[in-house]
Amino acid sequence: MAAELEDTNRRDFLVLTANAFAAVGAASLIWPFVHQMNPDAGAQALASIEVDLAPVKEGQAITVMWRGKPVFIRNRTKDEVAAAQKVPVSELPDAEPDAKRVKAGKENWLVTVGICTHLGCIPKGQALADTKGEFGGWFCPCHGSHYDTSGRIRKGPAPRNLEVPPYEFVSDTKIKIG
Amino acid sequence: MSNHVSTYKPQSNIAKWFDERLPIMRLVHDSFVDFPTPRNLNYLWTFGGILTFCLVAQLVSGIVLAMHYQPSAADAFNSIERIRRDVNYGWMIRNFHAVGASMFFIAVYIHIFRGLYYGSYKAPREILWILGVFIFLAMMATAFMGYALPWGQMSFWGVTVITNLFSSLDSVIPGVGTAIVTWLWGGYSVSGTTLNRFFSLHYLLPFVITGLVILHVWALHVVGQNNPTGLDLRLKSDSVPMAPYAVMKDAVGMFAFLILFAWFVFFLPDYLGHADNYTEANPLVTPPHIVPEWYFLPFYAILRAIPDKLGGVIAMFGAIVVLLFIPWLDTSRVRSTKYRPIYKWFFWLFAFSCLALGYLGAKPADGVYVFWARVFTFYYFAHFLLVMPIVGLIETPKQLPRSITEDVLGPGGGIPEGAAAAPEKR
Repeated sequence: MAAELEDTNRRDFLVLTANAFAAVGAASLIWPFVHQMNPDAGAQALASIEVDLAPVKEGQAITVMWRGKPVFIRNRTKDEVAAAQKVPVSELPDAEPDAKRVKAGKENWLVTVGICTHLGCIPKGQALADTKGEFGGWFCPCHGSHYDTSGRIRKGPAPRNLEVPPYEFVSDTKIKIG
Repeated sequence: MSNHVSTYKPQSNIAKWFDERLPIMRLVHDSFVDFPTPRNLNYLWTFGGILTFCLVAQLVSGIVLAMHYQPSAADAFNSIERIRRDVNYGWMIRNFHAVGASMFFIAVYIHIFRGLYYGSYKAPREILWILGVFIFLAMMATAFMGYALPWGQMSFWGVTVITNLFSSLDSVIPGVGTAIVTWLWGGYSVSGTTLNRFFSLHYLLPFVITGLVILHVWALHVVGQNNPTGLDLRLKSDSVPMAPYAVMKDAVGMFAFLILFAWFVFFLPDYLGHADNYTEANPLVTPPHIVPEWYFLPFYAILRAIPDKLGGVIAMFGAIVVLLFIPWLDTSRVRSTKYRPIYKWFFWLFAFSCLALGYLGAKPADGVYVFWARVFTFYYFAHFLLVMPIVGLIETPKQLPRSITEDVLGPGGGIPEGAAAAPEKR
């Protein structure tokens, strides 16, 4: 009886260790086949760019590419900055003060990822002739989302404000995105 | 086998409900769990499972590579380098695929010679064998087109030389051969257009192979496996259930094979290729010595041994086509070469000829190499067309065991059933 019990334990041990070994082996074989679809080091190296802001005059906007996405950079007028600042935060669907979306002392520069937070279209409002929506910022033609001069969602189906990418001023007129 | 009674018992009500509508679990159980497997199979019988693994491995790694590969003359070469250097684990997956092709052929050649030695092509396994020859042909086409894709010098000139084989038809009907070659190329030389269509077909053919493999396995399960004695299963004690006995033996063989596979993938990934293929394709310069991949060398030697363009092409394709007819060319009454004292010597002479042709295929086509290539090419065909029919008629086979059980356990080990030794039916 005792011997039988011992055998059962031996067998359980062998089965468990063999299966654990196989599971670890399978997982470490599957990972490369999953990971190959992730961005490679070459794509990650493109993840940071520098932009010279000197040519962008007050009231103008430029669009640059960062990680394959458009980034809106707008040199806001004083009126636009004032409009963005005076909106009570409580009225906003995605409550966020303008001050948190720009760098202190550089309030005229607004940098956002130019992709509607609804379903990924690119909102209108960069070119002078574009419709800028009811709040003077951007308007997404796909499903009618209106963004204000701080890139915040004000009306329409988009759930969140336009994303502010990580960036910093490397000099007075140059920023580094990413 | 076809007369095998299903022993599948659904373990739950859901399984029972499912089994009454789509008995796929029953099919798997009867084909791969309770399937009667000869008890005397040796490790050469593990190569069927190994080949299934090879096919799946090539499909999976190939689908991944196709996600990163660019099938155009301008980008193909660089995209392979990108896969090797930039894509996460791309170096490993590319090595799996490139080495995997060679491993696939190592396994398939062992599998084919196993079939030749033990007479696995003889009745009732003719269709099984013929399907295998078709799989082999499809594998060769797939491997050839896959080798074109890196767009190196060997790729380019390999494609040029092999597609030009069809131009030999010009000597039958002038113009036809050239028209076929132009059609294959989509132009007047091998170009990016050719590469693009080769990529498409290289992706298609593995699924054709998969279909043929399913038929091959189906045919195998109708007639049952051959075994080292070549005897049919007669006694209940002649067979064991496939699971766990054959499955475990297959697993051991597979792991041994995978060690070899991994050794090449991780330590010698380029050993079986050619350095010239790391030079980008150049339509203006042919490498001084172009050779196909090792697995085509015997056929390449046959092609070059014949001093006539069309004759060489016919001989090369004939070397494979002849395999389709050996179920009827072999007149022996017994299957296994184990019991054939005369044929045994011819078998090993044939195996030696194939290796020698492989060696000669890699050598320059002049002088003594051509002489020996002709000798071994002659024997290659003589083996099938003369030796197989004649030796089968004149040879007296050794005494066969009465059953597989007796072969394993010795005389008296198996209980004789009915009348003694019934030799295999022809």
